[in-house]
Amino acid sequence: MPAMSKRGIERRGRLITGSCIALVVLLVVTLIFMVFSRGLDTFFKDGISPWSFLFGTTWNPHQTGDDGAALVGALPMIAGSFAVTLLSCLISLPFSLGSSIFVVEIAPGFGSRVFRPMIELLTGIPSVVFGVVGLTVVVPWIRSWAGGTGYGVLAGSIVLAFMILPTVTSLATDAIAAVPDAYRDGSYGLGCTRWQTIVHVVLPSALPGILTAVIMGMTRAFGEALAVQMVVGNAVQMPRGLFTPAATLTSVLTMGMGNEAMGTMYNDVLWSLALVLLFMSLVFILIVHLIGKKGAARHD
Amino acid sequence: MTSTQRARLSDHVATGILTAIVAAILVALVAIILYILISGAGKAFDISFLTGRPQQFKEGGGIGPELFNSFYLLVLTLLISLPISLGGAIFLTQYAPPGPVTSIAKTAIETLSSLPSIVVGLFGMLTFVLSMGWGFSIISGALALTMFNVPILVRVIQQALEAVPRDQRDAALALGLSRWEATVHILVPRAMPAIITGVILSAGRVFGEAAALIYTAGQSAPVLDFTNFDLTSASCPWNVFRPAETLAVHIWKINSEGVVPDLAAVSTGTAAVLMICVLAFNIIARLLGRAMERKVTAE
Repeated sequence: MPAMSKRGIERRGRLITGSCIALVVLLVVTLIFMVFSRGLDTFFKDGISPWSFLFGTTWNPHQTGDDGAALVGALPMIAGSFAVTLLSCLISLPFSLGSSIFVVEIAPGFGSRVFRPMIELLTGIPSVVFGVVGLTVVVPWIRSWAGGTGYGVLAGSIVLAFMILPTVTSLATDAIAAVPDAYRDGSYGLGCTRWQTIVHVVLPSALPGILTAVIMGMTRAFGEALAVQMVVGNAVQMPRGLFTPAATLTSVLTMGMGNEAMGTMYNDVLWSLALVLLFMSLVFILIVHLIGKKGAARHD
Repeated sequence: MTSTQRARLSDHVATGILTAIVAAILVALVAIILYILISGAGKAFDISFLTGRPQQFKEGGGIGPELFNSFYLLVLTLLISLPISLGGAIFLTQYAPPGPVTSIAKTAIETLSSLPSIVVGLFGMLTFVLSMGWGFSIISGALALTMFNVPILVRVIQQALEAVPRDQRDAALALGLSRWEATVHILVPRAMPAIITGVILSAGRVFGEAAALIYTAGQSAPVLDFTNFDLTSASCPWNVFRPAETLAVHIWKINSEGVVPDLAAVSTGTAAVLMICVLAFNIIARLLGRAMERKVTAE
């Protein structure tokens, strides 16, 4: 290869690496565009009203209701997705917040040597393995004291709580560790105990970061498919309680997409479910951005 | 009790509770791993299970093709996603001009990393399986996994590059190297231990991913014939256009179909194999990273 000028080398480097980024951006834009265009077919091609899709409570796309319109109410799945997401956050928050306080404020050495590698290991456990543990441990356990089948919102939430624990914990740990030591020194200098310092100084100033951690956990919980599908019971009905089988957007997508041919109305409605899922992920990302901006403004 | 005493007491109580929380998490984690390993151990160390072919309606099915498919898909995914992520990370750390271009790129990567993997899988089905006409195939699966893996890798490599002491880069630039040369000859080699660690850890996640694969690489595992090198034949292991069920997909499929008579044994056995592989990836990543770090810093 003939010797290239420095400028030439530089230009080539910028071109190669820039096109990698361009490719990724292009893929993301294509993905969003395609899911939107497929997902909107339900409303534009099949003439189903968005209202009856989003707020209808009966899901039976092969049949039509009294008014002759197909029964494609997605509210049971949307409600199911939100139920498992919120409940799993509630279950895992005390654990993830407590442990991130512990590893930053009480035992930093233990945190970096033992706890962080363990949490990374937890991240690495595949979701189907969580599903198997859910099927063989969590569901029978719930059945043993609550009766019924054991499948349902609670089983899904417990499995999800384990899965989002590492996400929330590691982000919350970063947020708490980012609080400047001067804040703590000021509080200790005033004679506060460690716990007073944590509650009144460290947590309030780490709040935007902790909120981000929780939203990222919710993003993961909302989008998780297989582990939830395995334990949630897969009955498309409005969630009436913690112990009755329910369904989520992801569980219905996972099971239904393989059975229906492309272009049929049923298939179009499934894509609309995917669109709702994608839209919610984008909303979560937007919220994280807004919190980030607000947090940055506060520290200035 | 004075208020000082009360404050001190609540401090002790809080410390106790926090310690209990951490202990509970560690116990639960160890319990999950041990539970999977112990309940699946009988199958996971049985060579006929590891090499046998899966069965639908009778007992004694194995996971031979699935085991091979998982590794083959992982290698292909890394081959595709590593260069893209390396390039992307170098662009973001070295070239990216502050401004709209960079923030669009960062937002895109962030978006990709928080997309549900089932959505990535459905996009893969639409694009690679249907539009490109590749069908349920290894190549469709590898491309879907690439989309899932790239944001993880970009972040890992970016952090590794940023962790290289600034003076090393400054010294290289001061000696008259272009930014590209400084990156290729100084930064990337110095960051290599952290990059390798991160890549292997991400490999563990790719290895266990299933939601992005059920509609791209498919849910069937043709019987493989390792003496067949006809790249168009479905039984040729290396044919990238054949469907390929992986270990993770296999676990999901047999549980949701429920037609395998010895379902519990096969399912926990496969989960144990998957878990052992992920643990191995973790351990290898840490050992290799540490060994390479010693070598790089000693030079």
